Amino acid sequence: MAYQLLKFALGGEYKEPRFFRDCQTPKKSYDAIIIGGGGHGLAAAYYLAKDHGITNVAVLERGYIGGGNTGRNTAIVRSNYLTPDGVNFYDASVKLFQGLSTELDINLFYTNRGHFTLAHSESAMRTMRWRAEVNKHVGVKSEVVGTDEISKACPQLDISCSGKSPILGALYHEPGSIARHDAVAWGYARAADSMGVEIFQNTEVQSIDVKNDQVQGVQTNRGYIATGKVLSAVAGFTPRITKMVNLKTPIVIQPLQACVTEPMKPWLDTILVSGSLHVYVSQSSRGELVMGSALDPYEVHHTKSTFDFVEGLTSHIADMFPFLSNVKVVRQWAGMADVTPDFAPLMGITPIKGFYLDAGWGTWGFKATPISGKTMAHTLAHDKAHDLIHSFRLSRFDEYELTGEKGAASVGH
Amino acid sequence: MKLLNCPMNGLRPLGEFIYGGEYREMPNPNNSSDLEWASYVHYRDNAPGVKKEWWFHSPSGTWFIAERNTLSDEVLNTYLFGKAPFPKNENLSDGKLGDEKNTELSA
Repeated sequence: MAYQLLKFALGGEYKEPRFFRDCQTPKKSYDAIIIGGGGHGLAAAYYLAKDHGITNVAVLERGYIGGGNTGRNTAIVRSNYLTPDGVNFYDASVKLFQGLSTELDINLFYTNRGHFTLAHSESAMRTMRWRAEVNKHVGVKSEVVGTDEISKACPQLDISCSGKSPILGALYHEPGSIARHDAVAWGYARAADSMGVEIFQNTEVQSIDVKNDQVQGVQTNRGYIATGKVLSAVAGFTPRITKMVNLKTPIVIQPLQACVTEPMKPWLDTILVSGSLHVYVSQSSRGELVMGSALDPYEVHHTKSTFDFVEGLTSHIADMFPFLSNVKVVRQWAGMADVTPDFAPLMGITPIKGFYLDAGWGTWGFKATPISGKTMAHTLAHDKAHDLIHSFRLSRFDEYELTGEKGAASVGH
Repeated sequence: MKLLNCPMNGLRPLGEFIYGGEYREMPNPNNSSDLEWASYVHYRDNAPGVKKEWWFHSPSGTWFIAERNTLSDEVLNTYLFGKAPFPKNENLSDGKLGDEKNTELSA
């Protein structure tokens, strides 16, 4: 073994294959260009190639793939939303996730943990009942459970939350899972690349060429590329892209922070969320507690983390699990969340022909990666929004037909 | 601790303030179309840059305007709505949120 390793190290030729080609020079034109090499953009590229046979596609990534919100979320996958449209959409995503390790031939560490949304008040219980009924109506497994069942699943949880905000019950969502988020991006990148999609890292879109309300191409730091179809899948950078085409959206950028503790022996099997305490927590396969909180309270376009966040979050975690008071937080970070007024995404066609939006992902984007890719690929291929994303169209704001997901998409309201 | 300058109360901890969103001119509700009104209600100039924003100092119930760079989180100026912005103190021109040396900056 040691000899093999030494031989490999000194051999100078490392056979470990790349996940995708190291593309440097774009072609003069592509059938479609995807801005943003996160999970969503790469998934859209993959489904464009796989479902629609459109392989002359370039993915342009300003940094490196999966380095944005794909690598900054808390990796939770669930479908227990509030509106039937939301539940159907996220349920389709969960189903795609369940077969995705096999489909992409990469271990996503997709583990089904069960997901408890804790309720500390009667009004929260009412929302849980509402969500459970909507979920069951469209065939998604969600139940309101009492404290005995919560304690059974997580005996370490202090049901009284240190006496400050006793838990009354929870929405239990059996399909709730976690997955290794980086691998989702890498898996889609490799699969898309193998079908001919070209992925350009360190490639920034500087302007979008629009003539007569039709996209003509994009100007990048690697030159001009002609295309009739551009998909913007850039989450927190969306306003900078939409400004290039003079498109107004209701998105507001607010940082969303998360952190992890030092690794521990496995003790937390489920995913716990508390809207009142503004926390969500799960234990990763490395043993770290992965914890997130509410959005930062105002618009900022940067990814700095704050002491306020970690102070507030850990005090609430210590209310739930007093024995964690000596556990250290080892990393914290932030992502730029593109928040919409109704907490539903913003997807589909726009008034500009050939300019498609996959945005408004706020705090709920990772779980939607497969289905957003699939539905956006359909939308690009047919130049018509997929049925599943009709309720997420940009024009809903002009029509005052919002898709209110606030009760299910966020904590801290 | 991050600090923000309330035009009525001076520098106070950011935790005392509530963000009220970008300041926008309201169209005349009597003669604007549904689309113009929807645009006013929902749409924002959401790209990073220097913005005029509503902020609320909660303990004193003061709504005021802050001019802030949303990319760097630097506050350039705060003043009451309708009042001319007070002159900037050149010595403290960086005026960063979270810069405690600005404690001398006052309205």
